[in-house]
Amino acid sequence: MNQVSLNNSKKLKPGQILGDTGLWEMVIGLEIHAQVSSKSKLFSGASATYGAGANTNVSLVDAAMPGMLPVINQYCVEQAVKTGLALNAQINNYSVFDRKNYFYADLPQGYQISQFTKPIVGEGEIIVDLDEGKQTTIGIERLHLEQDAGKSLHDQHPTKTYIDLNRTGVALMEIVSKPDIRSPQEAGLFVKKIRSILRYVGSCDGNMEEGSLRADCNVSVRRAGEEFGTRCEIKNLNSIRFINQAIQSEAERQVEILESGGSINQETRLFDASTGETRSMRSKEDAHDYRYFPDPDLLPLEFEDSWVKSLKESLPELPDTLRERLVLDYGITPYDAAVLVEEKDYVNFYEKAALGRDGKLTANWMISELFGALKKENLSLLNSPISPESLAELITLITDEVISGKIAKDIFAEMMISKKKPIEIVKDKGLEQVSDDNEILKLIESVIADNQDKVKQYLSGKDKLFGFFVGQVMKVSQGKANPGIVNKLLKENLK
Amino acid sequence: MSDLLKFNLLQAEKAIKNKEFTSVELTNAYIKAIDDTNSLGAYIETVKEKSLDMALNSDKNIADGVARPLEGLPIGVKDMFCTKGIKTTASSKILDNFYPTYESTVTQKLWDDGAVMLGKLSCDEFAMGSSNETAAKGNVKNPWLLDKQVSPGGSSGGSASAVASRSALAATGTDTGGSIRQPAAFCGITGLKPTYGRCSRWGIVAFSSSLDQAGPLTRTVGDSALMLNSMAGYDKKDSTSADLKMPDLIDCLDKGVKGKKIGIPKEYTQDGISNDIIKIFETSINWLKDAGAEIVPVSLPHTKYALPVYYIIAPAEASSNLARYDGVRFGVRKEGQSLDEMYELTRGNGFGEEVKRRIMIGTYVLSSGYYDAYYLKAQKVRRLIKQDFDNVFEKVDFLLTPSTPTTAFSLGEKQDPLTMYLNDIFTVPASLAGLPGISLPVGLDKSGLPIGMQLIARAFDEAGLISTAQVIENYAEFNFIADGAAK
Repeated sequence: MNQVSLNNSKKLKPGQILGDTGLWEMVIGLEIHAQVSSKSKLFSGASATYGAGANTNVSLVDAAMPGMLPVINQYCVEQAVKTGLALNAQINNYSVFDRKNYFYADLPQGYQISQFTKPIVGEGEIIVDLDEGKQTTIGIERLHLEQDAGKSLHDQHPTKTYIDLNRTGVALMEIVSKPDIRSPQEAGLFVKKIRSILRYVGSCDGNMEEGSLRADCNVSVRRAGEEFGTRCEIKNLNSIRFINQAIQSEAERQVEILESGGSINQETRLFDASTGETRSMRSKEDAHDYRYFPDPDLLPLEFEDSWVKSLKESLPELPDTLRERLVLDYGITPYDAAVLVEEKDYVNFYEKAALGRDGKLTANWMISELFGALKKENLSLLNSPISPESLAELITLITDEVISGKIAKDIFAEMMISKKKPIEIVKDKGLEQVSDDNEILKLIESVIADNQDKVKQYLSGKDKLFGFFVGQVMKVSQGKANPGIVNKLLKENLK
Repeated sequence: MSDLLKFNLLQAEKAIKNKEFTSVELTNAYIKAIDDTNSLGAYIETVKEKSLDMALNSDKNIADGVARPLEGLPIGVKDMFCTKGIKTTASSKILDNFYPTYESTVTQKLWDDGAVMLGKLSCDEFAMGSSNETAAKGNVKNPWLLDKQVSPGGSSGGSASAVASRSALAATGTDTGGSIRQPAAFCGITGLKPTYGRCSRWGIVAFSSSLDQAGPLTRTVGDSALMLNSMAGYDKKDSTSADLKMPDLIDCLDKGVKGKKIGIPKEYTQDGISNDIIKIFETSINWLKDAGAEIVPVSLPHTKYALPVYYIIAPAEASSNLARYDGVRFGVRKEGQSLDEMYELTRGNGFGEEVKRRIMIGTYVLSSGYYDAYYLKAQKVRRLIKQDFDNVFEKVDFLLTPSTPTTAFSLGEKQDPLTMYLNDIFTVPASLAGLPGISLPVGLDKSGLPIGMQLIARAFDEAGLISTAQVIENYAEFNFIADGAAK
């Protein structure tokens, strides 16, 4: 929209929109659908594996054959409770499965088994790290278990739709946030944080490309301090980039309507990645009446406090506590720690590399060098050519002053390609740092001899030339000279 | 009549094991009886070859001395039970081409115990009805007063008609609001609805999941005991099935009723009950007294709400349970230009009037804005009805009531659905409370139609139900045979 020019938006905080009539802010709530990492589906024994041939992972229950009955998968219940605990949320020892009734060709039962009035997990909250070390708390409204639907393939035949029921009945956790989110950036960070927690708990692999994590975004706009406006729900966003784009464009659309005297229709919208905009899917008037009622085929889910307690004890260290520990144990900055705890794999790698070494240096190397190099090569940390052990060796070589930081970068580059151990590379190429005073002195003497004119200028007061001598010494040493010693000896000899 | 048809289930079980006759002989007698009584319309599918194969296998087992509890006994199966490779329609057009690839838990247990399958028995469409008139393949006739064209009751009308006409030694039924007990009463046989959760619902076409329960329709109380022994049991595939062991019901025969307290609910003897039924109800009370039971007048104050509650909850669940019959994966599809049109044509053509009526009622009571006033309120009242039973069962061991307010009505007589629904007035309350009930024949009315008495017991006291019912059975000496029975 024209009103929000790039010039203006520079001054705006994220989540703010400057319209003709003033500033607007966004109010955002998310519903995250996370597929439970379970071998089998929520109510049938069929496999929940991704990528199998169409309609091969379908049981009689999934296909809703007459007389078939759902039986709850205990493992999925455990994962939901563990996730709830990790979200610092209320665990409901009594919850109920409801039927959400609607007709669709990829919904064999004619209803989705979900939890409506009595979810397994109630209110909770998580901390989201913002830029510059700031944090915000986002409330969790609830988490409930439900079945996924199947897949309709509309592009396989000119007039027919094909149905793949592999996904039918796969267990999903729907995690609903409170409307506490105020910008697309916060929404993205919230999703990242949830994904991180899910991965730590092991309850969902968080893979957005394969659809095991997707989000519906509820977006409204208001002037600061006013009541919430009417919201629209954007369905089924499967990347953080799309979440960002969809929220921004939807909020801008709403501001434009409101400023031109219109009002927002509460409706469900779809995000079109090709245009970067949302479009109407169905209005509130067309919304289904889902006729929720308790599923009489299933007993209420009931469990003991002691069981919840045992699950709590089995939880791994979660990102927030882990971050505090990394700061304490390794002396790294909270920012670096936050980056490292983003993924469990990062921390595992880091702790292997940093244990007993310079934690700060290890963190620097991992975050700026290794992550940078991996990103360039489009590799994940799991496929890193450099192992934690190799990185550790490199750090040790630096801190023991066997090599300089500069040489280390060359070695690092070599490690990325050859997968060789740093010590091997150092030996093969004779790259050990020279820290022997006599050897360095010889180099200094030759540099002084070759640059008598510069020496004169320096001695007559041109102090800035000191750097030139350091550079020359490093050059003749092929970078191997220990820069500290070079500095010290140069000062002594340039008199 | 073939002499073999005279044997009831318990008698035939002993006779076969004593090698008085073979299962093949018995099965052939029933196959002939099915043909002879064909005009009743009880069977919608027979499987003669399979029946004889099973019988042959049973005879081999008997010869080998490895007879199972129901070895070689030919029975019929209500079409609500999915039977592997055998057409299962729930008496609906929409399933006219449906051949399950699986066997219901209950029928599998019967075959595992040696029973021989005769075929599939008609019922009201999706078990919705009290006269068997909603069956897609048409009426079933009651073998009593054949020339008067009387309804066998419903929804297990085919099962009741087959047992009463001796074209099945026994049959399975399902009971949601009286669908075993009412047809049993109309056809002069015994029908037992077990406690909800006693028999697995896995593989039974669902009508109302919180009420549906399988049970036997047999000639005698002892026969029901023998058959339920095989049908009952925990099934991990049905989350609502009870993980409780049932005592051997055969051991419960001839136990008498001395010292037991029988409650007589005053709400079950109100207007609209036929005089003949009242009379024999009073006689039945006296029989129990004579046998040493104590008679206690009791009250179940919420009884009058049972019928409206039932006709909210059962249709609500049905509207959802029947959503899967959409023409997409199985069943009869009527093509349309769009998905919605295909749904409309498939379901519009596939379902009969009564099923459509209940789907609409159910959809309505679950709709947003009506849910609280209908479904939620009905659930609350259902709890009160259950509470009524809990209260009286602190004072008494069993309740005795008539099974139905009238004897069998004529086919086509009840055009108004409400009048039809009223026929379930005595069977519905126990269904809502999930309690076991049995209907057994105690006499005939003036016109010569059977009258049934109902006993209701505490949850999971099928054993007590059998003992007490047998006492009444012995006094009643109901030895009449329907005029339309196989000759």
